[in-house]
Amino acid sequence: MTELPLIGEAVAVAAEPRLAGAKIGVVTFPGTLDDRDASRAVRLAGGTPVELWHGDSDLGDVDAVILPGGFSYGDYLRAGAIARFAPLMSKIIDAANSDAKLPVLGICNGFQLLTESHLLPGSMIKNDHLKFICRDQVLRVENNSTYWTGDYAAGQEITVPLKNQDGQYIADEKTLDALEAEGRVVFRYVGFNPNGSRRDIAGISNAAGNVVGLMPHPEHAVEVGFGPESLDGIGGSDTEGLGLFTSVLNKIVGGDK
Amino acid sequence: MTTETTKKFNIDTVENAAKTPDTELPWAELGLKRNEFDEIVKVLGRRPTGAELAMYSVMWSEHCSYKSSKNHLRQFGEKVTDEMKKDMLVGIGENAGVTNLGDGWAVTFKIESHNSPSFVEPYQGAATGIGGIVRDIISMGARPVAVMDPLRFGAIDHPDTARVMHGAVAGIGGYGNSLGLPNIGGEMVFDSVYQGNPLVNALAVGVMRHEDIRLANASGKGNKVVLFGARTGGDGIGGASVLASESFDDTKPSKRPAVQVGDPFAEKVLIECCLELFKGSLVEGIQDLGAAGISCATSELASNGDGGMNVELTSVLLRDPTLTPGEILMSESQERMMAVVTPENVEAFEAVMDKWAVEYAWLGEVTDSGRLIITWEGEVIVDVDPRTVAHDGPVYDRPFARPEWQDTVQADKFTGSVQDAGRPSAPAELAAAVTELVASPNMCDKSWITNQYDRYVGGNTAMAFPDDAGVVRVDEESGLGVALATDANGRYTYLDPYHGAQLALAEAYRNVATSGAVPMAVSDCLNFGSPEDPDVMWQLAEAIRGLSDACMVLGIPVTGGNVSLYNQTGTTPIHPSPVVAVLGKLDDVARRTPSGWREDGAAIYLLGTTAAELDGSEWSNLRGHLGGLPPKVDLEAERALGEILINASRDGMVDSAHDLSEGGLAAALVESSLRYGVGARIALQDVLDRDGVDLFTALFSETQGRAVVSVPRSEEVRFKDMCTARGFEHLRIGVVDAASGQLEINGVDTLSLDALREAHEATLPKYFG
Repeated sequence: MTELPLIGEAVAVAAEPRLAGAKIGVVTFPGTLDDRDASRAVRLAGGTPVELWHGDSDLGDVDAVILPGGFSYGDYLRAGAIARFAPLMSKIIDAANSDAKLPVLGICNGFQLLTESHLLPGSMIKNDHLKFICRDQVLRVENNSTYWTGDYAAGQEITVPLKNQDGQYIADEKTLDALEAEGRVVFRYVGFNPNGSRRDIAGISNAAGNVVGLMPHPEHAVEVGFGPESLDGIGGSDTEGLGLFTSVLNKIVGGDK
Repeated sequence: MTTETTKKFNIDTVENAAKTPDTELPWAELGLKRNEFDEIVKVLGRRPTGAELAMYSVMWSEHCSYKSSKNHLRQFGEKVTDEMKKDMLVGIGENAGVTNLGDGWAVTFKIESHNSPSFVEPYQGAATGIGGIVRDIISMGARPVAVMDPLRFGAIDHPDTARVMHGAVAGIGGYGNSLGLPNIGGEMVFDSVYQGNPLVNALAVGVMRHEDIRLANASGKGNKVVLFGARTGGDGIGGASVLASESFDDTKPSKRPAVQVGDPFAEKVLIECCLELFKGSLVEGIQDLGAAGISCATSELASNGDGGMNVELTSVLLRDPTLTPGEILMSESQERMMAVVTPENVEAFEAVMDKWAVEYAWLGEVTDSGRLIITWEGEVIVDVDPRTVAHDGPVYDRPFARPEWQDTVQADKFTGSVQDAGRPSAPAELAAAVTELVASPNMCDKSWITNQYDRYVGGNTAMAFPDDAGVVRVDEESGLGVALATDANGRYTYLDPYHGAQLALAEAYRNVATSGAVPMAVSDCLNFGSPEDPDVMWQLAEAIRGLSDACMVLGIPVTGGNVSLYNQTGTTPIHPSPVVAVLGKLDDVARRTPSGWREDGAAIYLLGTTAAELDGSEWSNLRGHLGGLPPKVDLEAERALGEILINASRDGMVDSAHDLSEGGLAAALVESSLRYGVGARIALQDVLDRDGVDLFTALFSETQGRAVVSVPRSEEVRFKDMCTARGFEHLRIGVVDAASGQLEINGVDTLSLDALREAHEATLPKYFG
């Protein structure tokens, strides 16, 4: 019998040194909660996280940006509706739309922020069951050609935590049809739709594939001992969210993997 | 920043009070007794002003002064051994005690009640309960890292229970989730004794470096006093003195003033803002504003420091400009903090406030006068020795006596009672009994609740509900972490308060040890009925005596907590419910032990012996019986068991461990199987032979000092040797069977895990949607 690894024992997901040069900015808004977690995910994936403050006037020399989860401004008005007007957001919007195609990932509140800023279409409303929900969620990677999903296989199923109050993705039928036709549905809920999202959509991208938003939290499935398998043990492993972060790092650094 | 004071109140100044000694004051309406009012007059040498009366009334309330329990609580500070002191950095009496974790890390934790507000307005009551305890933790200089919530509600099928359940759970989630604090565990008990008095307790834990420990005191003449965070409004006025000090009774006019309303976003910003202040060493002393608001913060800061403070009350930023000085002093508006800042740091302090867009107002400064002087547009409305407000409140030696009914209750054993008729014995009956037990309100799956809480945020949660303890990593480099568990058993404590309180401690201790952590410190939330009832007072006195005695044997100190009295409707009190939280330390959270087994072929051991102890058990509860004596307490055995579990975890000898408590072995076997959906084959004949009990008793008895562990085959010899060397009873009772999908117990019809899971998980959704 082979000896089992200790729960939480650091399993050598040796980060590739060549990725360390890639700098990923993680933006903190008032009310952001998962910023340290996103930074940890970047670090564990081998990149260098850079703390950004919503009131900053420039992005510095970051190669990509993560808008992390939380309740910016308490979500009192509408999730992401106020944070969208932060000084740094206009820089991010310009950079994402520019020829340089700054890679941007919005997680949970960050996804809501991306739809509020019109970098992504549609919107998020309250979960159909009207309760906050925290669970381990199976997702299917529908498109592995975006900046943030290149390290996954097309159709790969991953388990990552999901936790939100306003996670029901909605858009008009025409928009939904266009998203499907253009392959811009990046993640879809599998087995259980936790919030009533249209067409089981968990995450989408812009046309260029540099901007991706999703409701579930890949940054909480990046470390052995602290992910879905260790906490709940009902499938998947602890690190199936890491691929989003390695994907963008590889995209930034370029070349063969 | 200034406040416009457009309205000039009819201010009752100190000067005026001295001149008008005979003015009638509403001391009774403010909850003061005649003797207490007379004492205030004596202390001041004159009648108090309206503002002073407001301050004394809230600070001398049961909630703030512990006047009924103080004489008993003293034991927590007196019954302390050197062993208990060695890791205590800050003891009881501060906002929360601080324990040394090693490597320069310290941890602070505390449990508190928010019971009455949570009955009146479950959402806001529970939400602000979280907010308050989290601010206590920040006040010590710590970053809060997790919360837990022990809940006790009325009967599951009573129509009002759903109101409280939905509100409180949504409130805890709505507030806690917005703070970015993982909720790592708690309890959920349903019992009709809590129908009109639900217990909503909240625990928070925070960590800091040793050098960051902050205390609530105002030192240094000339230092500035600042109030920051949310504005002061009319919410919760009188909440501290009135709401928590009088019980609910249909016959009297209802005393239910506005419950405080929480703003979790403001709290989240306040947390980050405070941590930045600590990082820059910008505050000399800090205090959160909870019960009794500014009255409490000013009098405590001043009396814990150099003893004097001058405050201009019109500088307070208000939500409602019509508030009177007394109301401002009593307001319990949430998300506020008070700090003492040196003049040199004022500018840096303001920069941090501006960065986080937090409002602040400089109220005054520290003096060496020994007086707390509060002015209103320059006119003195409070001039008191702050100690008399904060610390020298009345202390009562309430009469207490063992209730006459106690003997009758204790004589009413479950075995042989009417309710015990038809005790299950055939294999099919036992299988049905096991299923009934794990589907019962108190033993059923609680994920309906916990799935509304964020257990992931922070990325350091290593274990959470339904494991025996919640585990959070503190240091990402070393893996150093803490484990926490809370427990109480109102039924045991009703049967025998002294031992019932000890059983709560023993269970929390065992749960922490089960996770592999070394228990280090205790915080308790003592929920009882009216101290003016000698029966209840006896329960309280016995519970405190029991707890403090047990802490000495287990070698872990009480570092903080709170007392919640008057939890009764009319003359009917709740079961005495001392909720005990134990904190433990794991050198590396990678070594933690989960409660479920997974590895096929691992040997299952039962640690400890089983006696026929069904009184007060969940089985007797299911049959509607409450009488007899609770299970025996053997703290030395608990300590020995704890050491085995901790060593087994450290040396990798077990891959799962689950303590035996409510529901006994039956519950533990089912929970260990369902945790990861892995079955087991169990044979208890050796247990029956050794302990002289029948199969039903072996399954449902709640004898303490026991645990079930699964041991990898490669470790079996080593594990057995360790138990033998320590003289601890252990028997191999079965093996993990990963393929079967069943829990097979010899003499019990085979239970499919699917059917058990369905029964276990269906209960809460059935009642609460």
